[in-house]
Amino acid sequence: MSVAVLSRIQFATVAVFHFLFVPLTLGLTVMTAYMETRYARTGDETFLKMAKYWSRLLLVNFAVGVVTGITLEFQFGMNWAEYSKFVGDIFGAPLAIEATVAFFLESTFIGLWMFSWKRVSRGVHAGIMWVVAGASTLSALWILLANGWMQRPRGYEIVGGRAVLTSFSALLGSPYAWIKFAHVIFAAYTLTAFFIMGISALQLLRGKKEEMFRRSFRIAATFGIVTSVMIIVAGDLSGVQVAKYQPSKLAAMEAQWETKQGADFYLLEMPRAHTEENAIQALAIPGGLSLLAYHDANAVVKGLKDFPPSDRPPVLVTFVAFRLMVALGFLFVLLALVSVILAWRKKLSSHRWFLWIMAIAIVLPYLASELGWVLAEIGRQPWIVYGLLRTQDAVSRNLTPGDVLGSLIAFIVVYGVLAVVDVFLLTKYANKVED
Amino acid sequence: MALQTLWFVLWGLLWAVYFILDGFDFGAGMLRLFLTREETDRRVSLASIGPVWDGNEVWLITAGGATFAAFPGTYASMFSFLYLPMLLILFSLIIRGVSIEYRNKDDSLRWRSIWDLLLALTSFSAPLVLGLGFGNIFQGLRFDSAGYHGSFWQLFNPYGLLTAVFFVLLFLQHGALWLVYKTEGELAARATRWAGVLWFPVLVVAAAFLLYTGFVTRLHDNYLAHPGLVLVPLLAVAALVVVKVFQAQSRALIAFFASCATILFVIATAMVGLFPNLIPSRLDPAANLTIMNSSSGPYTLRLMAVVALVFVPIVVVYQLLVYRFFRSKTMRADVEDAEGGY
Repeated sequence: MSVAVLSRIQFATVAVFHFLFVPLTLGLTVMTAYMETRYARTGDETFLKMAKYWSRLLLVNFAVGVVTGITLEFQFGMNWAEYSKFVGDIFGAPLAIEATVAFFLESTFIGLWMFSWKRVSRGVHAGIMWVVAGASTLSALWILLANGWMQRPRGYEIVGGRAVLTSFSALLGSPYAWIKFAHVIFAAYTLTAFFIMGISALQLLRGKKEEMFRRSFRIAATFGIVTSVMIIVAGDLSGVQVAKYQPSKLAAMEAQWETKQGADFYLLEMPRAHTEENAIQALAIPGGLSLLAYHDANAVVKGLKDFPPSDRPPVLVTFVAFRLMVALGFLFVLLALVSVILAWRKKLSSHRWFLWIMAIAIVLPYLASELGWVLAEIGRQPWIVYGLLRTQDAVSRNLTPGDVLGSLIAFIVVYGVLAVVDVFLLTKYANKVED
Repeated sequence: MALQTLWFVLWGLLWAVYFILDGFDFGAGMLRLFLTREETDRRVSLASIGPVWDGNEVWLITAGGATFAAFPGTYASMFSFLYLPMLLILFSLIIRGVSIEYRNKDDSLRWRSIWDLLLALTSFSAPLVLGLGFGNIFQGLRFDSAGYHGSFWQLFNPYGLLTAVFFVLLFLQHGALWLVYKTEGELAARATRWAGVLWFPVLVVAAAFLLYTGFVTRLHDNYLAHPGLVLVPLLAVAALVVVKVFQAQSRALIAFFASCATILFVIATAMVGLFPNLIPSRLDPAANLTIMNSSSGPYTLRLMAVVALVFVPIVVVYQLLVYRFFRSKTMRADVEDAEGGY
């Protein structure tokens, strides 16, 4: 395998692994801050117990999220040196700003929060967690502004073979990036809501600390119904951005081979890449694809055949990742809706089958989040910066396949051990309910 | 001052602050394994860095990010040429962070001693490899206009190894002084003894480093051209002497600050010699990565200078406030009452 292929596998591995931890941090910081605030306002000890219980899981998760984040900053220089030289002028800026304005705040205040339970008032302690939550969110914004630029480059010119920033406001005001940010944040909150509901469901099934877990479930369900609907709104807007600025990604994720005005959407579809057609194509919604992509049923959708084969992303992966993600997204709305109804009518305990479903459903938002990144990054291929720089030209020139294979194996081993330890601790703390 | 020069200064400062801050938690991380076997003291020594290590490490992320934004050519070369060292630093920092955060999350002695050992090992390997990398950068990496020609094992040359040992010793002493300041009783007494003894090898290796730097690197060029600059290494030596003076008088905080100054001036000594290069080439001076040929455009440099000059002082202020908040000694009683984070 080439250095480029191995480096892609390595980046995918470390990014997917890192993103197993990011969304829960984004959501649980908000949830912990909320519970602590309720405690500070009402003095209700159940809220304190909830804040302590969920924050223990947050801290286990947070540690791995932080340390695996460093890898990503290093990766660009280590494996993608040509990319770094090409875009450093632009891409480096949001990364450096992220560290300066967000990551410092997050890391400093989480340390303060952990060691100040007894030293500050309840309200201040809750406030510190709100700072951590805000800083994590800000961090996500800058990272997505950076990624948004790779998806839709703007505010630059090419000088001497390098992209040079000409307008920071264009980078900062990229609708593509902001919509993606909203999509990611709502996905993170939904993942957290399902995490809390799932674990609470398990505890309710065991009959432990009913009041605390019933209340956690209800808060998460209320939160989750809003955020899961918002994912779909942001996802729809995101699709419009893709249609506008990444037509080859759109064609691949929808398996649209021919350019067509008023393109139909097929509920059942499966592409067959080598013959450039769809093996299955049934249950058409006339003009549906044009409507989804351009919010206009008569719009023209450019088909894959109008892109040279060397400019097309891998169709099957992109298509499957997209379909599965969308299907899961709708499932989340449904599950959150049932959750909210049962929780508010206080009928959770009498629907044990549903509690079991919610316990199993913990993994689904993780899957959907990762599929979202698969769609975003594989769908952008063969470009590392859409339309500007090809992935194969972006890789470091001094590396050998042996170098990257060695590091890839090392990452898999170290991350594998981390995953085991993390799951062990999460399970331990999830089971540990204090009286 | 040219934007590139301003960024060179900021770049050097970010690295110096990083070494000063993560330096003491590296040192404490290594030393705590040898200071005590007793559980409460092990927890105290860990808790002394617990609230701050993460914020300290972000200075590395910022130094890396600033290199990316201001000198992308240097960032790309530094990280790809030094692929294996970077990987080792990365794994050290990953395992280290998890060791600190997970060590107290289970009561079994076996669990705790494994994380203690890993913390000590990675607190050693991170500065060791950082020193190795910087030592090799100071004397120049093996690249020319055609690319990189060096190998991993070539990095283990005498000067690279000396720099690596120097970094480790400097941080060990720094961490010992931190523990003297932050702890009390038997633990502080042992840390005091370590700090007292460590000063001598630090002095010897520092002298060797300065001499050797003069001979095997081109860092002396700037000093020969502007002899007044010799003040910088002299300040480093003076700060190291001040460390001993106050350490001997048991004035822990001042000794620690003097150690901070020592690290600052050691890094400054190297940076002054390096300027205007960021990564010199050992093979062909024409290929040197300089602040001019590896920098971003003026627009990005100006933008990032504004960001840095506005936000870094803000960071410094709130980090100082957090240090002030945790200024009292970490007591055995703090950790024995596990509530409250310790």
